[in-house]
Amino acid sequence: MLSKDLINKLHDFLPAEAVLHETEDLRPYECDGLSAYRQTPMIVVLPQTESQIIQVLQLCDATKTPVVARGAGTGLSGGALPHAEGILMSLAKLNRILTIDPFARTARVQPGVRNLAISDAAKPFGLYYAPDPSSQIACSIGGNVAENSGGVHCLKYGLTVHNILKLRVLTIAGEILEIGGDGLDSAGFDLLALMTGSEGMLGIVTEITVKLNPIPEKAQLVMAAFDNIEKAGNAVANVIAAGIIPAGMEMMDKITIHAVEAFLHAGYDMNAQAILLCESDGTSEEVADEITRINAIMKASGATNISTSRNEAERLSFWAGRKAAFPAAGRVSPDYYCMDGTIPRKHLAQVLSGIEALSEEYGLRCMNVFHAGDGNLHPLILYDANTPGELEKTEEFGAKILEMCIHAGGTITGEHGVGMEKINQMCTQFKSNELEIFHGVKAAFDPQGLLNPGKAVPTLHRCAELGAMHVHRGAEKFPDLPRF
Amino acid sequence: MQTVVDQLSSKIRDAAKGGQPLAIQGGDSKAFYGRRLSERVKTLHVAGYQGIVDYEPTELVITARAGTPLKEIESLLHQNGQMLAFEPPYFADTATLGGCIAAGLSGPRRASAGAARDFVLGVRMLDGIGQDLHFGGQVMKNVAGYDVSRLMVGAMGTLGVLLEVSLKVLPLPVGERTLSLEMDEARAITFMNRCAARPLPISATCYVDNQLFIRLSGAESAVQVAYTQIGGEDYIDSYSFWKSVREQTHDFFQPETSLWRLSINSTTLPLKFPFLPGKQLIEWNGALRWLACCGDDSKTAADSIRQAANMAGGHATLFRGNQSDQIFQPLGTALLSIHQRLKQKFDPAGIFNPGRLYPEL
Repeated sequence: MLSKDLINKLHDFLPAEAVLHETEDLRPYECDGLSAYRQTPMIVVLPQTESQIIQVLQLCDATKTPVVARGAGTGLSGGALPHAEGILMSLAKLNRILTIDPFARTARVQPGVRNLAISDAAKPFGLYYAPDPSSQIACSIGGNVAENSGGVHCLKYGLTVHNILKLRVLTIAGEILEIGGDGLDSAGFDLLALMTGSEGMLGIVTEITVKLNPIPEKAQLVMAAFDNIEKAGNAVANVIAAGIIPAGMEMMDKITIHAVEAFLHAGYDMNAQAILLCESDGTSEEVADEITRINAIMKASGATNISTSRNEAERLSFWAGRKAAFPAAGRVSPDYYCMDGTIPRKHLAQVLSGIEALSEEYGLRCMNVFHAGDGNLHPLILYDANTPGELEKTEEFGAKILEMCIHAGGTITGEHGVGMEKINQMCTQFKSNELEIFHGVKAAFDPQGLLNPGKAVPTLHRCAELGAMHVHRGAEKFPDLPRF
Repeated sequence: MQTVVDQLSSKIRDAAKGGQPLAIQGGDSKAFYGRRLSERVKTLHVAGYQGIVDYEPTELVITARAGTPLKEIESLLHQNGQMLAFEPPYFADTATLGGCIAAGLSGPRRASAGAARDFVLGVRMLDGIGQDLHFGGQVMKNVAGYDVSRLMVGAMGTLGVLLEVSLKVLPLPVGERTLSLEMDEARAITFMNRCAARPLPISATCYVDNQLFIRLSGAESAVQVAYTQIGGEDYIDSYSFWKSVREQTHDFFQPETSLWRLSINSTTLPLKFPFLPGKQLIEWNGALRWLACCGDDSKTAADSIRQAANMAGGHATLFRGNQSDQIFQPLGTALLSIHQRLKQKFDPAGIFNPGRLYPEL
């Protein structure tokens, strides 16, 4: 259908200000957090109610118009990249916390609610929402469901999929589905799991019931420096072997430590080859017990320097350096390219030395930050897009890292999603008959393929071009948002 | 072992060609669960595909073939100070990993640690045309592709034959003790929910015969402090008690006409079924209510139970009873058609456990 006909039809049920179609109004929506990929949508709609969304979807269904849902637009894989001939549907106006039930420890919220706003609202009841992606001050819970977002604490507290109970979902035909329930499971197939991380390909979520956890009584952090990255990796394994599941366990390599220290002066050990941050939370007794054991393990694992946070301010200052790794990369290099592979932890040393070899081969520096507890690696390749051919070299380097992750028994994306960015690597990770199943899953919800078409799962003949998270001269979207 | 996979795959292809429905059977420990299959089915024995594929305790991941006896897996984990945190019920010694995941059932620790589905990281499976497929993986964080691995959990074998499963495992708690408090049902429901809102190391709750049982797990010091905070009697026979609840060997579960499982909002007030003689046992802070009925197994009784579960934000399952009836809470039209389309994709000839979950699947 022609754009002006669609606009007219949309005006039947949406106020004028909720339908954007002038070029200057569309521009802010042309990309998400992955700003290297841009596409102006045909139309942007900003519905405020579920019934308006239903009408938008029914119109798209009837006119075969693609529709891309967008939350806060902080995603890092181009999942909310608009479609040139489609409608971009922003869910930002559905931003109400509908109920908080402290007795049942749940919150029912609309998709545009910010992740951190849920914890803020639950705080007076001594409760919080556990998944804490680094962009949590801005990212929306609807986007978290679409990406199955994690966070620094997910080894202990789980990902989005572990922390939601129920979704209200609209199909492209405008039908309402209640998926999950107020209990801990539901009848039939586990569609709650299938919806989580489905990148807006299966339905539009209009309501989410999340679980709330009691706020831990106490949290404390151990920072340990190592003169060898393998020793740091072994220290992580030794903590786990001792039966401890840390609330958070993060590792940084030497080049990251130096970049961060120059940026923030966090007091990190500049002689270290690797720094480990290991957090314990729980009751005061549990924390005291765990911290003593973690200290002993770090020492036995050969740490050259160990500090334990003495108070909340010190704990946060230890964290600050780690959380500043991405902006620090922006300071030491005009551009960086962020990877998101996950590997079985035992292959860490091998993968890191592989990355080092590639780094020499390509003549490009690479910083490594690592969610060490769960094996999620974020290599940041430093390059300069103004040097001809360097972006291409970087992309090739990045693709080789992802292939190395697959060969080590890991995956091409731990938490950023496939979106548009890693669609080609999906061809490496999955066989064609597995991709066929994914297409079948999509068709079961969206037979005409109108929801976020072309993302997350490559068509079998596609498996071609490659893209990247490309940050030029600090011109990252939302430069103020922490990324770690 | 690959020959076993090839044989299974070829049997599946033949069955698909001939429209021969198959009953997938592992350890045959949960035959009582789900709808009865038609007389036409042929049994597909899958317990032969067994063995641990990969296990390194420091990775917190175990991968095993689906036919591996659950007890073998748990005993290996225990030797290494680890466990399957969802505390799966066996119902017979022969229970296999595949059956455990296909049934998707979880035990007493579920409310605090998570369910079977929460620990599944990846699967290898055969679909309805015998294709050998991998989904997910052996790592904790993985968002590549739809979460087909978790879709298999609780699908009762209707979508495929599980070959291998990778699970996240957790350390065994150092300290564990159970306390019991006497109180009425309404108070117990409130008490459990109030406790769950506090940072206490509670790993299981059960209310039966006017007694509330609370299991504490974690660091010895934390267990000790929580014990003094909550109060109650120290219950000595902790291990056997929770095992009897998990395995349904507790007196409460002794033969009745039918056993209903209601999975609902944990804060739901005591459920009353005045016209239905029976008794109840509560787990999961109130989110799981077992209803053992004697006498009335009429459709009216079933309808009233399902309606009560629905009103309480959940669903009811006829866990043990007449297997020719509807066992699981019926699905709405839109949801059912999505189920049917998924089934059609994974098992186009409709040969895997037809009708075990719903008559339409």
